[in-house]
Amino acid sequence: MTKVALRVDNVGKSFREYGTEWRRFGSWFGWRSRRIKDHWVLRNISFAVRKGEAVGIVGQNGAGKSTLLKLITGTLRATEGAVHVSGRIAAILELGMGFNPDLTGRQNATHIAGLLGFSRSDIQSLMPEIEEFAEIGSYFDEPVRTYSSGMQMRVAFSLATAIRPEILIVDEALAVGDAYFVHKCFKRIREFRDAGTTLLIVSHDKSAVQSLCDRAVMLDKGKMVADGTPQEVLDLYNAMIAEKENATVRQLRTEGGAAVTVSGTGEATIERIWLEDRHGNPVQFIGVGDQADLVIRVCAKSGLSRLVIGYMIRDRLGQSIYGTNTFHSEQVIRNVSSGDVFELRACFPMNLGVGSYSVSVALTGTETHLVDNYEWRDLALVFTVANTQRSAFVGTAWLPPKLTLSSDGRPFELDRDGFCNTTSDSVLMQN
Amino acid sequence: MKEMFLAIWRYRHFVLSSIENDLRSRFARSKLGATWMILQPLAQVAIYSLVLSRIMTAKLPGIDSPYAYSIYLLAGMAGWSLFNEIVTRSLTVFVENGNMLKKIMFPRTCLPAITLGSAFVNNVLLFLVMIVVFVLLGHKPTIALLWVPLLMLVTAAFSMGLGLLLGILNVFVRDVAQFMNVVLQLWFWVTPIVYMPSIIPPNIHAVMAANPMYWIVTDYQSVLVYGSSPNSSALLVLVLVSLMLLTLSFFLFRKAAPDMADVL
Repeated sequence: MTKVALRVDNVGKSFREYGTEWRRFGSWFGWRSRRIKDHWVLRNISFAVRKGEAVGIVGQNGAGKSTLLKLITGTLRATEGAVHVSGRIAAILELGMGFNPDLTGRQNATHIAGLLGFSRSDIQSLMPEIEEFAEIGSYFDEPVRTYSSGMQMRVAFSLATAIRPEILIVDEALAVGDAYFVHKCFKRIREFRDAGTTLLIVSHDKSAVQSLCDRAVMLDKGKMVADGTPQEVLDLYNAMIAEKENATVRQLRTEGGAAVTVSGTGEATIERIWLEDRHGNPVQFIGVGDQADLVIRVCAKSGLSRLVIGYMIRDRLGQSIYGTNTFHSEQVIRNVSSGDVFELRACFPMNLGVGSYSVSVALTGTETHLVDNYEWRDLALVFTVANTQRSAFVGTAWLPPKLTLSSDGRPFELDRDGFCNTTSDSVLMQN
Repeated sequence: MKEMFLAIWRYRHFVLSSIENDLRSRFARSKLGATWMILQPLAQVAIYSLVLSRIMTAKLPGIDSPYAYSIYLLAGMAGWSLFNEIVTRSLTVFVENGNMLKKIMFPRTCLPAITLGSAFVNNVLLFLVMIVVFVLLGHKPTIALLWVPLLMLVTAAFSMGLGLLLGILNVFVRDVAQFMNVVLQLWFWVTPIVYMPSIIPPNIHAVMAANPMYWIVTDYQSVLVYGSSPNSSALLVLVLVSLMLLTLSFFLFRKAAPDMADVL
């Protein structure tokens, strides 16, 4: 049995309203007043995270994500239930908040390392590595007040992850960094995960949750509303954001067992969606680079002033590959009557890598799905791209190159078999 | 209680570097740097001496020096400044570090430990400067100086007990710190620091004696000005009062700690 790194056991957190502070002081000495009001921000939260598992926590602002994290790190105490943690937790929360602006990066690093519970000899031996990872050059010995926020974040991240923790909590703080450093951070986070660190990732950045997590948990108004694969949970999250007063969000199960999230007012619905090859035959498999037609048939269920049809192709992790809609192509349908049927045909070359892809469809009144969301359907169609005719390659995109080799400035030709023999493994090794 | 001290021991590097940074950042970006630490109390004593020495009798009974009043003033100040610094800083220590308390998990008892350590370092430095000034003024230090560490310890214990108690309450009722700032000013004037207890009418003496700082300051004065031993029975009572205050504040701290992060 795999070990549990973190167990959250029916946890609830209430911020008590005492009315007067005298009642609070009284409560320390066992005096219970009926006029103490409980204001629950989290309730009945239970989940367990195995050692080495990566779990994303999603939810809208005020859903209770940060309160949950504080309960896990221990800065807040749960009102009911318990949090069991095995091993050291490192949290990249509010990076650099403990920094003293008048001290140098090095002095701050030494100081904060002490706050994280490192011993002085640990700090001494880690310092060269922290300095190297932060890559801020001579600024490391300048006062922190001269730093940009990105530089502060670099030092803080290097410091927080100087020793691999058993549990790493990553939150929004990573968003401040520059692209290069954020990549470097994620590389380190992946290395930690591969080495057995349990990850808890709180982010509005869906791609981070999708690419790093094995599982996701969704909070809404202090309750846990979903616990499943990142794809399922994020689809539900997306739908929740789009939810209108009279809209419905439901998750259906397909024959394959995958959860399909459908949300919207239902004023327009998707009748059918299919993929055609270049001969016009409906297909589930399609070759790399082949001409394909994606056809979406839509039926209006009531009169609509505007109708926009959009689709998004996603990879198996749910990451967006390509998406557009008829607003961007300036083909908004106006004054739709109930019962009208429209067919959108998207004709494009399948320049995708080998793998399974899904299509999400949105029927809306505007260019975003946040207003007038008639229907939003994830996993409306699943298809597979296979490589039958092209030379082998890896990745999600097909970008066929013309490869030229030369030796000592003289070009020379390789026979075509040379390329065909290259396996995807050996291509990978070059990366 | 035991685990509280163990936790501080485990985080000793943090406590020490906080004290160090505290000193460092206090004088960072000032040209005279640490010299200010000496100049400030000296200037204060000089001002009081100038303003008050004309009104007060320049000569003190039992001490033969033209600078008698300044010496008396410095001695009382040494005790008062330790008390004042610990109480003022303890009052706001949790509120000022609220962000850290909410976001980072570390033993909360480190914060009062840092306050105490940093006040102690300042006071020891001030004391050393004071001894140098005494010698320059022709007031030879005596063997009674050996009492000073004990006096400092008792003063620190009393101040910490009181400061921590009020500091915890201040997290929930912020008026405590505001109110105490006024009280401390009044407290300074009802304690015989800038004047001699002998100028107090005898019928108020009993009221004065209820002030623990009265005993601390007069003990500092006996040791530093007159070279005699402190009032041992008063010292014993002070130790008992301090221990009671400390126990009470630790107990309150235990009860209040989970609530603190909620309201900060």
